[in-house]
Amino acid sequence: MDNPREVEMETVSCPEGLEVVWEKPETLTGNRMHYCPGCGHGVVHKLLMEVLKEMDIQDKTIGVAPVGCSVFAYNYMNIDMQEAAHGRAAAVATGVRRMLPDKFVFSYQGDGDLAAIGTAETIHAANRGENFLVVFINNGIYGMTGGQMAPTTLVGMKTSTTPGGRDVETSGFPFNISRLIAMLPGAYYVTRQSVHTPGAVRKTKKAIRKAFEHQRDRKGYCLIEVVSNCPSGWKMTPVVSNQWMEENMFPSYPLGDLKTDGVLQPLKGN
Amino acid sequence: MNRKNATPTEKPDIRLMKGNEALAEAAIRAGCQGYFGYPITPQSEVLEYLTEEGRKRGMVVMQVESELAAINMVYGGAGAGARVMTSSSSPGISLMQEGISYIACAEIPCLVVNVNRGGPGLGTIQPAQGDYFQATKGGGHGDYHPIVLAPASVQEMADMVYLGFDLADKYRNPTLILADGALGQMMEKVEFPEYNPADHIPEKPWATTGKPKDRERNILTSLHIQPEKMEEVNRRLQKKYETICANEVRYQLVHADDAEILVVAFGLAARISHKAVEMARAQGIRVALMRPITLYPYPYDVLRRMKSTLKGALVVEMNAGQMIEDVRLGVEGAVPVKYFGRMGGIIPTPEEVLEEIRRMSGDGHGAGDGHHHAMHDQILEERN
Repeated sequence: MDNPREVEMETVSCPEGLEVVWEKPETLTGNRMHYCPGCGHGVVHKLLMEVLKEMDIQDKTIGVAPVGCSVFAYNYMNIDMQEAAHGRAAAVATGVRRMLPDKFVFSYQGDGDLAAIGTAETIHAANRGENFLVVFINNGIYGMTGGQMAPTTLVGMKTSTTPGGRDVETSGFPFNISRLIAMLPGAYYVTRQSVHTPGAVRKTKKAIRKAFEHQRDRKGYCLIEVVSNCPSGWKMTPVVSNQWMEENMFPSYPLGDLKTDGVLQPLKGN
Repeated sequence: MNRKNATPTEKPDIRLMKGNEALAEAAIRAGCQGYFGYPITPQSEVLEYLTEEGRKRGMVVMQVESELAAINMVYGGAGAGARVMTSSSSPGISLMQEGISYIACAEIPCLVVNVNRGGPGLGTIQPAQGDYFQATKGGGHGDYHPIVLAPASVQEMADMVYLGFDLADKYRNPTLILADGALGQMMEKVEFPEYNPADHIPEKPWATTGKPKDRERNILTSLHIQPEKMEEVNRRLQKKYETICANEVRYQLVHADDAEILVVAFGLAARISHKAVEMARAQGIRVALMRPITLYPYPYDVLRRMKSTLKGALVVEMNAGQMIEDVRLGVEGAVPVKYFGRMGGIIPTPEEVLEEIRRMSGDGHGAGDGHHHAMHDQILEERN
């Protein structure tokens, strides 16, 4: 294990009189995650790995990790994985998928990785209709490097590089890249979800399952954007950050399907 | 993944081809399963030939959005266990340096071809050797080396594809073929050897092909956040480079026995220098040629062995004098080392090189044009 903060979690057997209602799937390693309290990454990791387990495709799936907070995703996902250079996950995933056309491939990327430095790779993979899933965590900030502006940072939002709030004249507009991708004919399924309530978690899991089924059926490119919080980067408690996300992020990044079965859905929000 | 794209031949398979085409044909025969590239002169024939011929014979061939994407697709595809390559020319190879650094650290075997053109910047589309430093000293960030092969003929454009893939697989290291625009564009006779990829491509138990229940997951990464671990990875890489240096040096030596002057040149410059050496020999000058075939690892030892019997060495390059630094390291200050070269895509002539050899042997009067002499005088001064 490369991250000194990681330790294997203990496995406990079910005490007598109690019933097992959830078990860690074998697709998760059991390493204790390094994510901050309240962060959405761990939940999305878990959902992804649960779907692989339920579809019994652990041995057929290759994941591509990004650069960002989830750079260590491969410490938690018990599958074969490649760590890509910053922004290049969609190109790496293309290479894997093209050489292993019968396997399942996904990339897992944050907003800086996918929508700033990796924009070209992201857009062109979608436009080619690459038959893999991109999981896109949008929390509007660069978490790992300490809270700088992301391409998805909201106008007026304070970060360490927009101390007075993001202003359009200097930094342009929040980048709604999922909407852009939905317009490309190569994209088959584009949806925007969240994991901040039990209901939202269930919906996100359904979306992940759907995307892997599309991949199995060779339907083409799927993108699941998960609008997430960043309590540390936003400098809020987990509870407050979720409220802030609902009030501020969702109007700019409204939840729901942007494209299903290759058909664009009516626009919501801005 | 199938490896059906090898074509075993029963009698010698000889053709007249462009260097780029010969290289592409050899890639198909070497069992290359995937090619990712972007058009750039003077190497676009590789992409074009493979699109036509490679696809027909079972290869995945893709023209993609940039060289940046191409090298990362090589990372992904080769990391998934396939024999994968890309090719480009100087500006495109600069874009790939990030990816090559990651590939070197994650120890993913692959082949990268640079059909060198004149630089810096957008430069010219004419042949040059200005990417020697970039190729042999690392190129991207961090301590690493690709294995670097330097062809000097269309035949070698083909031969080095097989060798390059085999070395890459043997050491889990990227191999770079450093050619130039002339070698890519010129047509010559080329013979394709019998080569059955199945006999050459090793098992790749480290590849990310999907984790079965009975093995640990495979992770390809260049991230080792703990300094102790990162140093350990570096030590492992350096040990590998030592092994490569001990076992894989290749060079050609011509007329070495009684030589007082040694001409050192690689690739096209070596081909031209060879002609000049023969002309000088005909005039009674005791001159030899050393042509490094591997630029990394570099044949320092042959220079060390020869230095005591030499009067001097002449390094001929199609750049401002890059390999000359390795020649100086090789002769360890024992003899004067002079440079002669042309830049900007201009190819030196055998007569120009002969003039430099004569000058060095004390026989010539330096009738060549001024600015070249000014250049080597300057380098002489530097040495003194």
